Amino acid sequence: MKLKLHIWRQDNAKTAGKMVSYDANHVSPDMSFLEMLDVLNQELITKGDDPVAFDHDCREGICGACSMVINGIPHGPQRATTTCQLHMRSFKDGDEVYIEPWRAEPFPVIKDLAVDRAALDRIIAAGGFISVGTGAPPDGNAIPIAKEISDLAMDAAACIGCGACVAACPNGSAMLFTAAKVSHLNLLPQGEPEKDQRVINMVAQMDAEGFGNCTNYAECQAACPKEISIQFIAKMNRDLIRAKLREGNNAGSGKTGGA
Amino acid sequence: MQLNAKIPAGPLEDKWDQHRFDMKLVNPANKRKYTVLVVGSGLAGASAAASLAELGYNVKCFCFQDSPRRAHSIAAQGGINAAKNYQNDGDSVRRLFYDTIKGGDYRAREANVYRLAQVSVNIIDQCVAQGVPFAREYGGVMANRSFGGAQVSRTFYARGQTGQQLLLGAYSALERQIGLKKVAMYSRCEMLDIVLVDGKARGIITRDLINGKIERHAGDAVVLATGGYGNVFYLSTNAKGCNVTASYRAYKRGAAFANPCFTQIHPTCIPVAGDHQSKLTLMSESLRNDGRIWVPKKAGDTRAAKDIPESERDYYLERKYPSFGNLSPRDISSRAAKEVCDEGRGVGPGGLGVYLDFADSIKRLGKNMIAERYGNLFEMYERITGENPYEVPMRIYPAVHYTMGGLWVDYNLMSNIEGLHVLGEANFSDHGANRLGASALMQGLADGYFILPYTIGNYIAGAKLNPVTTDHPAFAETEREATNQINQLLQINGKRSVDDFHRELGKVMWDYCGMARNDAGLRTALERIPQIREEFWRDVRVPGSGTYFNQELEKAGRLADFLEFAELMCHDALMRTESCGGHFRTESQTEDGEAKRDDENFTFVAAWEYKGVGTKPTMHKEVLEFENVHLSTRSYK
Ligand SMILES: Cc1cc2nc3c(=O)[nH]c(=O)nc-3n(C[C@H](O)[C@H](O)[C@H](O)COP(=O)(O)OP(=O)(O)OC[C@H]3O[C@@H](n4cnc5c(N)ncnc54)[C@H](O)[C@@H]3O)c2cc1C
Ligand code: SF4
Ligand code: FES
Repeated sequence: MKLKLHIWRQDNAKTAGKMVSYDANHVSPDMSFLEMLDVLNQELITKGDDPVAFDHDCREGICGACSMVINGIPHGPQRATTTCQLHMRSFKDGDEVYIEPWRAEPFPVIKDLAVDRAALDRIIAAGGFISVGTGAPPDGNAIPIAKEISDLAMDAAACIGCGACVAACPNGSAMLFTAAKVSHLNLLPQGEPEKDQRVINMVAQMDAEGFGNCTNYAECQAACPKEISIQFIAKMNRDLIRAKLREGNNAGSGKTGGA
Repeated sequence: MQLNAKIPAGPLEDKWDQHRFDMKLVNPANKRKYTVLVVGSGLAGASAAASLAELGYNVKCFCFQDSPRRAHSIAAQGGINAAKNYQNDGDSVRRLFYDTIKGGDYRAREANVYRLAQVSVNIIDQCVAQGVPFAREYGGVMANRSFGGAQVSRTFYARGQTGQQLLLGAYSALERQIGLKKVAMYSRCEMLDIVLVDGKARGIITRDLINGKIERHAGDAVVLATGGYGNVFYLSTNAKGCNVTASYRAYKRGAAFANPCFTQIHPTCIPVAGDHQSKLTLMSESLRNDGRIWVPKKAGDTRAAKDIPESERDYYLERKYPSFGNLSPRDISSRAAKEVCDEGRGVGPGGLGVYLDFADSIKRLGKNMIAERYGNLFEMYERITGENPYEVPMRIYPAVHYTMGGLWVDYNLMSNIEGLHVLGEANFSDHGANRLGASALMQGLADGYFILPYTIGNYIAGAKLNPVTTDHPAFAETEREATNQINQLLQINGKRSVDDFHRELGKVMWDYCGMARNDAGLRTALERIPQIREEFWRDVRVPGSGTYFNQELEKAGRLADFLEFAELMCHDALMRTESCGGHFRTESQTEDGEAKRDDENFTFVAAWEYKGVGTKPTMHKEVLEFENVHLSTRSYK
């Protein structure tokens, strides 16, 4: 099939970008979306043009590298599917396809469709961990964890850190990403001791990075390739309120630090 | 070249304990005076970097992805082994050791493998403590499943995303140290070469992938945890960025490369769909627990699967290997699939596929149970192929998946270059000629969490490390060479793209150094590779310049190394006239087509020494001594 592509081209964060149109004339329905772009890039290179830069690595929907807004939707039209797993059978001959990078203040464009998402790593560094050093922890079965809890934690832990939730949100909020990590760890007994500090620190970092507020559009959930539920945002908000309350109480009684 | 494996004396069970006691310690107050450069942030690199920083070392960690969390380890699906014996089914450290040695077709070191089995149990505990959500039973304890090549249930898993969850665990430990400013993280930063001072590894040269800046980093020890080189075949299950550059550069600077031809072909991947194919997707081997593999009995049978009656199906693994059946090890299953396809019994477009059928399991366990176990894998399959595996059997075909070969290391995970340590898939150490499923994750984390943090201390405490800064002439010289190569690549301005050359190389490797190898084919490859390389350096087109985010330039640099490395693989494969594990020499097979080992002549590790581009490298042998297991013919019948 033949497609008309309109792709965002931008040299770097300091220059302005623009949409440029290309014809893709040899698209097979069995191609992945990225393979379709590979073919375009091969043509551009042969012609002496600059190929389109985009992030990708695993091409299996798990590393979270790929990141394109396709016809206005982060990761494109197919539900629960990353860009790299989207296949061209989702399109039909003659379609026009608009391809743009994640757009959000904290994600400056590096080139074309590739953006800098280091802000997400910094949110994790602020508290997305359990403070246990390598050593001799107790036997893995010492604390039984109910299957429902473990499964729910896993639902949250499935986040691939792609940032589509941010790109989808009219406010550029990173709540879904942050809530997924907070919930994963706060749900588990191992995460209990640092529960309060974790949520306070991660939310503070998220704000410091310049991500917007959540006003319940729920666009994030719709765009999320791993179907992370916005219930985790509600859970994070509860954790945060409780943590703040306890922090207040502790401050009153002169104690410091997390529970 | 001196190769001393430094295997501690004493009984197998006590070696590691004794060694830990004998090793020198670095005074805690002194640790912060030492800098360790960790290249790689996969399971091996992230776990090492985090653990070293916790101990107090200064750590710099590098990865080429935009975040350490995206290292290729993230893609591992199936699980991680550990000799916990939670299922009470007769597992033990000794059994895991034995299975791994046997699975590797007796081409790995006993002492290393035993230690791996020993620390496997700590890994699970460590990961649980970090919050890795392993699958649980209703009673709250962890669930296990069995994997190819084992008759016990010792594989721990987190849905079909075990690698992801383990890596997120290690990544969170790493991010914690980054937050504490004990690790300096360099993402989108590629190591181009290693710097030796007085014969010791003292630094690396990197390129910042965003602005193209070439930078120097000095340290007291260098750790390579840069993964495997399966992408030499172009098509593989590896992530697109996986490459051999770091290991190969170390080899060119004098590190021995061990068993480069030992490649694992995974039996359950989605078949190639067309010329545009950019990578192959693995369907976790765990599927073989409940899926049955078959092809039509008749060659050229083009009926749909559902129209082929039971009596006309050949469940060839169950038939040929009744005791392991569909769970036979990877090399055996892969070759069996190739065989039936070569006989014209393959299914799907091009006849390069076999069925993996869940109909019986769905009948027996119900669709829900199957969805619970493999739901995400089934969805992934459907997204890629457009077929629904709950209704029609999956089609699978073998694909390059893992490389057992790697830089040679001693018992301390140090290469023959002093101070250069190599972890994870990048080293050759534990899997011999074939890796068992769920053992790579185990090895990566064993190396990073529980082995290197001890052995590197021993090195640092014992080595006389003069202060070295990036002003040392060795840095300038190595940097100059790296810059020259980049400029050269940019100046050629030829007609063919990097990918075009890579595909050509990959096809030569798959045809002649793939699932089955022989003398004539390998000699053909050894003629073809230098020709492709010569053409590459004459006619490749790398657009743009080196001062911005230029992905073609990145790929070109990696391919330049693959184009030399491929020759090394073929030399190794040609030298090893026996068949063993993933290395199948058609000249060396039994009457019924099984691999035939030659223990008398090949019970050794082949460690190759670089002699110049296009010049045959020199082989050094590390003879393998087996004191605790009896070398038997691997039989899964
Ligand atoms: C699809 C798939 C599924 C798998 N499933 C399983 C499984 O279920 N169980 C199992 O045990 N094993 C499995 N494996 C194998 C296992 O995932 C890998 O062997 C293992 O994760 C390798 O880890 P590593 O840390 O050695 O390297 P990697 O995870 O590959 O990490 C390499 C790191 O090095 C960095 N790097 C590389 N080169 C450079 C350079 N030049 N400069 C800077 N940085 C560099 C990369 O950025 C990355 O951070 C699977 C493999 C694949 C492909
Ligand atoms: S929550 Fe979903 S969309 Fe957001 S980063 Fe995680 S996986 Fe991506
Ligand atoms: S490339 Fe890894 S998720 Fe798309």
